[in-house]
Amino acid sequence: MHDAHVQPRPLGGRILTVPVAILTVLTLVGFYYIAKRYFFGIGAVANVNPGYPWGIWVAFDVIVGPAIGCGGFAMALLTYVLNQGKYHPIMRPALLGGLFGYTLAGVAVMIDLGRYFNSMNLLLPWHLNTNSIMLETALCVMAYVAVLWIEFSPAFLERFGLSKLRKTLERFMFVIIALGVLLPTMHQSALGTILAVNESKLSPLWWTQLLPVLYLISAVAMGYSVVAFEATLVSRGFRLKSELPLLSSIGRIILWLVVAFMFIRIGVIVLNGNLGLAFESTRAALLFWVETFLFGAAIVLLSTDRLRRTERYIFLSACALLLGGTFYRLDSYLLVYTGSPGWRYFPSVPELMITIGLVSLHVLLFILFCKLLPVLSNPPRQAAEAHAS
Amino acid sequence: MSIDRRAFLAKSFGGFAAGTTLAAGEAQALTLARPDKVASPDAVGILYDSTLCVGCKACVAACKAANGAPAVVPATLADWNQGEWDSAEDLDGRTLNVIKAYVNGTREVKDRETDGFAFVKRHCLHCIDPSCVSVCPVSAMQKHPVSGIVTNDKDACMGCRYCSYACPFGVPQFDLTQAYGRINKCEMCGHLQAKGGIPACCDVCPTGASLFGKLTDLQKEAETRISLPAGTPHDFPRGRLGGDRPANPGQTANYLKKVYGEKDAGGTQLRYIAGVPFDKLGLPNLPNHSFAATAEGIQHTIYKWFAAPVVLFAGLLALTYRSTRKGNGGAGGDAPHSSEKS
Ligand code: SF4
Ligand code: SF4
Ligand code: SF4
Repeated sequence: MHDAHVQPRPLGGRILTVPVAILTVLTLVGFYYIAKRYFFGIGAVANVNPGYPWGIWVAFDVIVGPAIGCGGFAMALLTYVLNQGKYHPIMRPALLGGLFGYTLAGVAVMIDLGRYFNSMNLLLPWHLNTNSIMLETALCVMAYVAVLWIEFSPAFLERFGLSKLRKTLERFMFVIIALGVLLPTMHQSALGTILAVNESKLSPLWWTQLLPVLYLISAVAMGYSVVAFEATLVSRGFRLKSELPLLSSIGRIILWLVVAFMFIRIGVIVLNGNLGLAFESTRAALLFWVETFLFGAAIVLLSTDRLRRTERYIFLSACALLLGGTFYRLDSYLLVYTGSPGWRYFPSVPELMITIGLVSLHVLLFILFCKLLPVLSNPPRQAAEAHAS
Repeated sequence: MSIDRRAFLAKSFGGFAAGTTLAAGEAQALTLARPDKVASPDAVGILYDSTLCVGCKACVAACKAANGAPAVVPATLADWNQGEWDSAEDLDGRTLNVIKAYVNGTREVKDRETDGFAFVKRHCLHCIDPSCVSVCPVSAMQKHPVSGIVTNDKDACMGCRYCSYACPFGVPQFDLTQAYGRINKCEMCGHLQAKGGIPACCDVCPTGASLFGKLTDLQKEAETRISLPAGTPHDFPRGRLGGDRPANPGQTANYLKKVYGEKDAGGTQLRYIAGVPFDKLGLPNLPNHSFAATAEGIQHTIYKWFAAPVVLFAGLLALTYRSTRKGNGGAGGDAPHSSEKS
């Protein structure tokens, strides 16, 4: 049975389905507003303002997106570093999710940058400010996007029968895979360090010197969750055999990561004597409890072997954790960020449509790649059942 | 072998994350921050005395003129004001300086917190250890080593607005109305100073509420004013402290016994004195250390000598090398040796 799903193959099938059509329309609407942004400026489409310079394009597309795209990173960690070959069949879809998560975060950056041509300066040594955490993040993310494409490239090479090139690539692949773990470790923690400067603008329920640690752990946990999430959807959506046994072992890892995250986070709040802030009637306190509930739910849903062996609970816990991690990021970057007095921020419709367009493009490309390239390796459900009986 | 791997992971991956920051212990006493930077002995600055300000906004108009910034009209006034009258209500991409009013209750007495009112001038504080300079990835934000003036170079700036996001005072503003805008902020009229002049806002201020000078002199002047009992006759210098303009003879107000910016956020080169608590005027209550120092301290602890990433990378290389050679894991999201196995 193990052998039955070793070799990934393209799914084939019709390209133009109803979901594909809907996603295409949403993507096009997004691109209409993107064009508008380039012709008339950020202010013409977005509600970012003098008091809130960063909106959802940063908080969601650039910060949450890559965390959801951590599937490739988390699985590489398991498959290659811990040498757990059994996780292999979900490696490619995980990489593919990361590929688009990161690439589209890069696209979102180019939409959000006010003077995008000058982003060239990130590559000119005399312009670099090594104190800037954003510099580290930007360079790491750029490098990682390249790494992801190379990691995924065997799928292309196989599809187009370039086996010689693939052999050569294989020889150096271990370097790429090592980079594929190193770079996300660096920039996922750095996404937390970016907020370190905001001591006065961020509630102590979020701000701590350990922000990089919390961001890193939660990113890895989100990475595993997204793998569990995607694998379930993929096996249902494309009617393939479920990857439940693999997901169950992943569930264990997710559990310990979330426990560590909660332990550090709450511990720091208590040690610094800030727990009282969680019991005030503020937006920050409310959001803190929303996050705590979601992370807590994930822990409960994964707490016993029996629960971890049920596809539904694995899926629910992955959802809870993805939502919790998303809130953690949105809250600390935007929802509890203290803007200048007198200003408010709520995204405009065009601003939202750009984000929705990019997410649609992500899902769209994922579906198309699965159909056209050797990504998935689960056998169809019927075949698997026949095989088993 | 899997024991090795786990041990390695525990040591380096976990260590990279937790170990490097473990020293924090997180209690504020155990901070990772580097020491704050100190002001240059020749730093220049502005002293803004809220009690002298009459709210005429001459400085706002002069600032716009001196810096070629267009008028700003809020949407609510657009039906009768086509831009003849600059009415910016806050700092924005075209407004480097703004006068705001604090009002309370019956608004009877100037510089009184209850049933009173007060003015405040908002522009860049030219922090001694500025967040904006620290966070800018492409070194577009610069602090002059001698004068301490903080400037933005639009040819370097990529418009990420991290400086706006991180400035404790919300100062740098990106002009969002342009297709290809830029960051605008007070640069203490460096172009006028280069020609021997003084900042336009101080130049036009009729009362001396905005006073330009050497930072150390300004601090002394501020301390003198707040130490005098309210109502003491005092000659308030105008334009440049130590310049030859006739002073504004008046009386000291009922000052709070604090010079805002002396220590706040590690110190600033715009200093404030006032009769109404500073946070009421929109100047946040801040700790006496630089946020840049904290952020850089954390970052450089993690990346000290770049050792952690190098060690981690070396370890990862060893593991992935073994993994791919033994055919146990496989490369590139696939099993290169799967054909042998199946
Ligand atoms: S007030 Fe803001 S913009 Fe001005 S120097 Fe300080 S951090 Fe920079
Ligand atoms: S907006 Fe410009 S000046 Fe500000 S941090 Fe970004 S690149 Fe630097
Ligand atoms: S110093 Fe110059 S740029 Fe700054 S507020 Fe005064 S007039 Fe404006």
